[in-house]
Amino acid sequence: MAKKHELFGPPLNPLGTRLEAEDMEKIAHVRAKPNAKYAWAAGAAISRFLEELKNGRIIGRKCARCERVLVPPRMFCERCFQPTTEWVYLPGTGVVETFSISYIDQNANRVKEPILVGVVAFDGAPPHCGIMHYFGEVKPEELKIGMPVEPVWKPAEERVGSVLDIKYFRPRKK
Amino acid sequence: MIERIEKASEIRHWLGDMEADHYYYSAGIAGERFFVALRDEGKIVGTHCAACNLTYVPPRIYCEHCFAELTEYKDMGKRGCVVAFTVAHYDKANNRLDPPEIFALISFGPHTTPLLHRLSEVESEKICVGLEVEAVLKPKKDREGKITDILYFRPVKG
Amino acid sequence: MDLKKIRKDVAVIGAGMTIFARRLQETGKEMSWEAAKMALDEAGLTLKDIDAVIMGSAPDAFDGVHKKGEYLLDGAGGTNKPYMRVFIGGGTAVFAPIVGWWHVASGMFKRVLVVCEEKMSSVQPHAQSAFGHIWDPILDRPLKPNLVWIFSMEMQRYMHKYNVRYEDIALVAVKNKRNAVGHPCAQLADPNITLEDVLNSEPMALPVRRLDISPPSDGAAAIVLVSEDVAYEHTDTPVWIDGVGWCIDTTMWTNRDLAFPKFVARAAKMAYEMAGIKNPRKEIDLAEPYDPFDYKELQHLEGLLLADPGEAAIMTREGKTQRDGEFPVCPSGGLLGVGNPIAAALGIKIGELYWQLAGKAGPRQVKKDVRTGVAQAWGDLMQVASVVVMRRR
Repeated sequence: MAKKHELFGPPLNPLGTRLEAEDMEKIAHVRAKPNAKYAWAAGAAISRFLEELKNGRIIGRKCARCERVLVPPRMFCERCFQPTTEWVYLPGTGVVETFSISYIDQNANRVKEPILVGVVAFDGAPPHCGIMHYFGEVKPEELKIGMPVEPVWKPAEERVGSVLDIKYFRPRKK
Repeated sequence: MIERIEKASEIRHWLGDMEADHYYYSAGIAGERFFVALRDEGKIVGTHCAACNLTYVPPRIYCEHCFAELTEYKDMGKRGCVVAFTVAHYDKANNRLDPPEIFALISFGPHTTPLLHRLSEVESEKICVGLEVEAVLKPKKDREGKITDILYFRPVKG
Repeated sequence: MDLKKIRKDVAVIGAGMTIFARRLQETGKEMSWEAAKMALDEAGLTLKDIDAVIMGSAPDAFDGVHKKGEYLLDGAGGTNKPYMRVFIGGGTAVFAPIVGWWHVASGMFKRVLVVCEEKMSSVQPHAQSAFGHIWDPILDRPLKPNLVWIFSMEMQRYMHKYNVRYEDIALVAVKNKRNAVGHPCAQLADPNITLEDVLNSEPMALPVRRLDISPPSDGAAAIVLVSEDVAYEHTDTPVWIDGVGWCIDTTMWTNRDLAFPKFVARAAKMAYEMAGIKNPRKEIDLAEPYDPFDYKELQHLEGLLLADPGEAAIMTREGKTQRDGEFPVCPSGGLLGVGNPIAAALGIKIGELYWQLAGKAGPRQVKKDVRTGVAQAWGDLMQVASVVVMRRR
């Protein structure tokens, strides 16, 4: 005990019983699976946003006071704390605000071909204002912050009103 | 004014669930002692706080009232008495239970925290608070160190 | 903020924590008790002396128990006492003690126990599965995001805007994993780790590599807070909480400036004003900023106004933030080295500052004489900051 004190300092002799993966079945335990199902309401602003994605368009909501076009749209401006007043269509183009080259999927499984993902800041919206999405038709090493990009839509008949109606964003052709 | 969406079909939603495959709940330090004693020796054990004169069943490694560390595990026997009970006619998914299932809090002595379990081999009209009951365990070979190693409690005969 | 209304000064007089590990056999309740008992023992108090209990813990989805603050209460010592539950994600590690602070500062309670717990090993197959549920279900989740992505994107933005080199960021991981060698609770201490190890570690979501990330952990931590009226009855070395601050950025994360954490700066200014600190760079001797990723230590030092944007990387390269450097940062070993049981990082933020400022940190004790320190945590969906300034008098 005294030796541990010399070696470490507080907390002295900390409690806790380390459990190795191979011991998990050996000790008393219970396994259980949650089975709750959810339906998340999109609300007024995002419902319209999704409807317009189905139409192949990006829409925002404008605050009359600060004149910002909020994308994704909201029915209120959180800065001015009053209702937004106007729907505004945006061209859908934008720039790469930031990005990541991911070798892991949602459950931390390794993937061979990296997932290119990032935030697209929309043209016509205030700085940094955008959505998360994938990038395509671009090599990982070519992706750069500030790169102009445009959406690649699914064919109209496959669009359902989801962020996945955009397949990905690709570098904008000049 | 906020423009209202007038057609309900325009309100969208997204369906999903909790993706966690499952949860692994370790029984802990006291739980390990409890379930191993149940599985291997067919015993129900508890821990006792001398300062508070309180016995915990299932056992805990601490007394929640004075925070003393509890290290002595004692055999509570298999007999206890009913402290409270309910006759369930519906299960957790609201399906009708026929026959109904009876759940009870069972105490193994004075100043002892009661254990929740099932009652069986008894008519629901005969159950009362104070009824003496005993644990019926699964055969040793079928026990796996879970609370269901106790099949149910039943009235003590005679 | 009306500082005149604060009635009592508040001191930390004891801290405790369990070992941090990928898995602990203990239940969450048992872990909570172990940490709380250690803190009470160090303070020389028993549970009877405690007037109120604060419990901090992150999403229920980790432990797999709903209302887990309630579930944990007997282990935390809350039975038959005023019991407050706190949760702001990772920020809880420093926010729970802030809540404890106002319980005492208000004059309502003299002795308060703050306990934080996390059991991330319950959720299978990986804690990432639970993280999935903190994204916006309609805009983000259909894209199947991994939480690491958002940090990777933030790091990318930070490096781009302030011209920060990855090599300098990776040095933070090296420093903290080496510092953790002196910590008895450490999960990922490594005395031999090199910069090359980090640079060559497995790519996760570039620019983030495996060794840039702190591990998911099980663990619990606790501190004891007392009023100025009784502090010296219990110890000769109370460490005072002289300033607290907290602030949160917008919930729409794709609308944020990801390079500079303004909300950290706001929280820091609030804490500094309360502590009477005019020039934090001169008046603060050491820092325990929140370091779940190596770049976060740098970004947080800048948010805490202890370095200009981009400068923290240079300070790191120059060795100033080493334990024996001119401005020690994360002498505990941080989340990168000791482990990251979300809320329980309390033990390596507030706990470490307490031990350092009381001169009790043993071989982890920083070389220079330290009087004033700052601890900070960060959480929710990377948008909330909690800041505490502590002093030895």
